[in-house]
Amino acid sequence: MIYFILISVLLLLMIAASVYSIIQKDLLYAVLATGIISLILSILYYLLQAPDVALTEAAIGVALTTIIFVITIRNTVRMEDESDKKEKFKSAVK
Amino acid sequence: MDNTLFGYLNYAVYGTAVLVILIGLYGTMVKKSLLKVVIGLSVSDSGLNLLIVAIGYYKGGTAPIFSPGFLENFKSVSKMVDPVPQALVLTAIVIGFGVTAVALALVIRLYRHHGTLNIDEIKNLKW
Amino acid sequence: MKKVLVILLLATLGYYVAGTYFDIGFGQPHFIKGLLPVKDIYLAQTVKSLKVSNAVTSIVVNFRGFDTLGEVTVLFLAVTALGSILYKKMNVLGERSVLFSSSSIVTSGSKLLFPAIILLGFYVFIHGHLSPGGGFQGGVIIASGFLLMLLAYENYSVSHTALSVVESLAGITFAGVGLLGFMHGGTFLQNFLPTGVLNHLFSGGIIPIIYIAVGFKVGAELTGVIYTVLHEKGESNG
Repeated sequence: MIYFILISVLLLLMIAASVYSIIQKDLLYAVLATGIISLILSILYYLLQAPDVALTEAAIGVALTTIIFVITIRNTVRMEDESDKKEKFKSAVK
Repeated sequence: MDNTLFGYLNYAVYGTAVLVILIGLYGTMVKKSLLKVVIGLSVSDSGLNLLIVAIGYYKGGTAPIFSPGFLENFKSVSKMVDPVPQALVLTAIVIGFGVTAVALALVIRLYRHHGTLNIDEIKNLKW
Repeated sequence: MKKVLVILLLATLGYYVAGTYFDIGFGQPHFIKGLLPVKDIYLAQTVKSLKVSNAVTSIVVNFRGFDTLGEVTVLFLAVTALGSILYKKMNVLGERSVLFSSSSIVTSGSKLLFPAIILLGFYVFIHGHLSPGGGFQGGVIIASGFLLMLLAYENYSVSHTALSVVESLAGITFAGVGLLGFMHGGTFLQNFLPTGVLNHLFSGGIIPIIYIAVGFKVGAELTGVIYTVLHEKGESNG
């Protein structure tokens, strides 16, 4: 029973995080949402009896992919519609 | 575990995985920002991996690792989950990281050249 | 209009894909009745002839070893493409892009954690045939250790020569061990070493050797990716 509730909550959180990562205009928050998807996925893999895949997903999805996205945002723009918030980006990330 | 609950999980797990793939594809097809396109690719990659791992799961199965004493106690390997999809996904995750890194390098390069990430404004495809 | 079209298209796609999977059923055996499923054959072979505890390792390195060689090559190609896309002239080394000065708590803490992370990475890929983990996971853990140091220290640098030497040696080890199979039994990646006892460290023949090589290769390649991207400084954006 606890297994069932845990899986349901994790699946709902995963859908919510993926929707958030697509509709969010601030790309930094969107990238953090993809990191949350990977975190939930690694717990789900563990519950589905796949510890090897859980280790890989935790290391790659949470750490490396997120960091590479953040560096790219630092090098390009932070907002999805670049017209109005360009100045805000410069002050927000030094 | 109850059988009806398990029947519900059938729809929940597969439905969520397919839904996440579709959400990622929607972001890839509709959004204007190139970074949003790459984020959509990454999201749909996650959903696909969950779909492939979930198909190898067996009800009440154990992880495909032989601890000491497993063979003496169980005699049979049919209670283990399917290790083949796990091996496929293991490599697919690493390859997915490589694909994301190359896509982001292209994004940085395009921004350097055009000064924007909006694909409507990047009209001329000449570099 | 475009959005409606896209949603209709995706809904059709999702209906058929999800319908297929709902018919298969979650957690149910989905092999043809009466035939021995391929997973049982793989699992039995893993214990009986290969003496490897982790079935995923035996599939990645032995049953599908050729695929893994191709996969590592694809990763190498991705790193090469990344380097050539973010090409810079020699001596015009870019500034570090994430330039913030860390506090002394962060720097000394990461100096304390770095050896432990590297040790965990080595542990994971040396015991890849006994416990969950293996070359890919260990390599990624080592790369994330270097990532920690690169983020904490502003002028921490990784030698590109050392990275390429480690990476090439690991690749040569993989292909060389595979070619040695020709001399002993007949096929590429044939297991020619004694397989030992189940659940001992020295078991599984060539599988630990290949997975350790994969671990070094993946670690070096991913560290190179992070280092290249981190040294990319946008000129137009200040």
